[in-house]
Amino acid sequence: MPARDYAPVILEGRPKQDDEILATRPPPDAATLPGGGGSEVIMELLQRFKVRDVMNRQVACVARAAPLREAQRVMRENRVSGVPVAENGRLYGIVSVNDIINALDGGWIDDPCETRMATSLVVLEAGMPLAYALRYFNNYTYGRFPVLDADRRLVGVISQRDVMRALLLELTVEVRKLERKVSDRQLERPSDKYLHREYAVIRNDLSNAGKAANEIRQILKDKKVDRALARRVAVAAYELEINICIHSHGGVLTFILADDKIIVQAKDRGPGIADTEWACRDGTSTANDWIRSMGFGAGMGLSNSKRVSDAFEIQSEVGKFTRVICAFDRLVPREKIEKAGSAGT
Amino acid sequence: MTLEEIRERVGGTVAVDVEGASAGSCYVGDLLSDIMGHAGEGCALVTIQNHLNTIAVCTLVGCEVIVLCHGRPVPPDMAAAAAREGVAVVVTPRSQYAAALALKELPPADK
Repeated sequence: MPARDYAPVILEGRPKQDDEILATRPPPDAATLPGGGGSEVIMELLQRFKVRDVMNRQVACVARAAPLREAQRVMRENRVSGVPVAENGRLYGIVSVNDIINALDGGWIDDPCETRMATSLVVLEAGMPLAYALRYFNNYTYGRFPVLDADRRLVGVISQRDVMRALLLELTVEVRKLERKVSDRQLERPSDKYLHREYAVIRNDLSNAGKAANEIRQILKDKKVDRALARRVAVAAYELEINICIHSHGGVLTFILADDKIIVQAKDRGPGIADTEWACRDGTSTANDWIRSMGFGAGMGLSNSKRVSDAFEIQSEVGKFTRVICAFDRLVPREKIEKAGSAGT
Repeated sequence: MTLEEIRERVGGTVAVDVEGASAGSCYVGDLLSDIMGHAGEGCALVTIQNHLNTIAVCTLVGCEVIVLCHGRPVPPDMAAAAAREGVAVVVTPRSQYAAALALKELPPADK
């Protein structure tokens, strides 16, 4: 039976803090999160989704005074291997199937749950990104974790199955979108010379930032695009990719290679820029010290992109998005014009 | 200027050796966008930025030699990327200014 078929139990009330029993572990170091070399789409989903988006909110619980036999009944009816012991939203412990086996064996199946339950618990917070939750599943052998909100109230339970189901649903949506795009493009542009690539860029994922620009550089090299032009395109792609990574909530870098032109577009999901003219000036940056210590945040990303482009456009709406388009002329690249100009003087 | 000449002048060690690597000019910078905006092709880059993205920037501007200052170590991922992309790395205990002075025969790479 899927976890969502749990009997609904309303959990209310705020727990006391004086006799806290929960043994929460600190979240894993962000540097050890999965994703090195993993799919960027999945990594983006794991960061975007929070535990609360995926968890099962209908949790079957038992009271502290309930006999273990009652916990056994709840487990059997809901086909789960553990049941939280909770009252008025406060989590006191968990009774597992092992506790029931021991109780049957030892003859204390009618004892109150509170005398036999496990009280040293690992819990997740509802606001944690799903990537953190996956680390817990990897680090511990438990199949499911109780989820607490900011007020330490039990608000749900999350299992690996819940995570898989949410990811599969979202990936199905993404794949359908992709299929539609590919199909549309094949109808629109049958030319082999037309190439379209999209790269998801994840917020603060500096270990992968630059990979899209590097791939674009390689494509331009393989297609034997003029070296100086290719360099300008790669610089714009790199600057825009880094900008999405360090300044936005994440977004997509799009690369289009056509017979007559090359387009690099960066579109993010906010926070947006109030004054785009100011942002395009040399030396203006909102990067923090951590970003600067990595060599980024010189405040030249947009101005560099503009300088290397033949046409440049920026649009932004605060709280919604920023879109930057850099266009390059393949038929009359600026290098040819400059060469012709210097030959004539 | 060859890689060996650069190493000798800055009193450093070659952390990533690339055959035939050389420099015809020099640029000093620690901010990657600044380097991309101003450094020219074939320059030696004097910097303290010892990470992967420095290699990415060098491949974009066409720099073949990095002079890493203050004895900063070269992380394994940076060394691997440098070797793959053909960017030599020299590590020197000197500061950026002292390293640049040692390479004063190279013209500025400023665009």
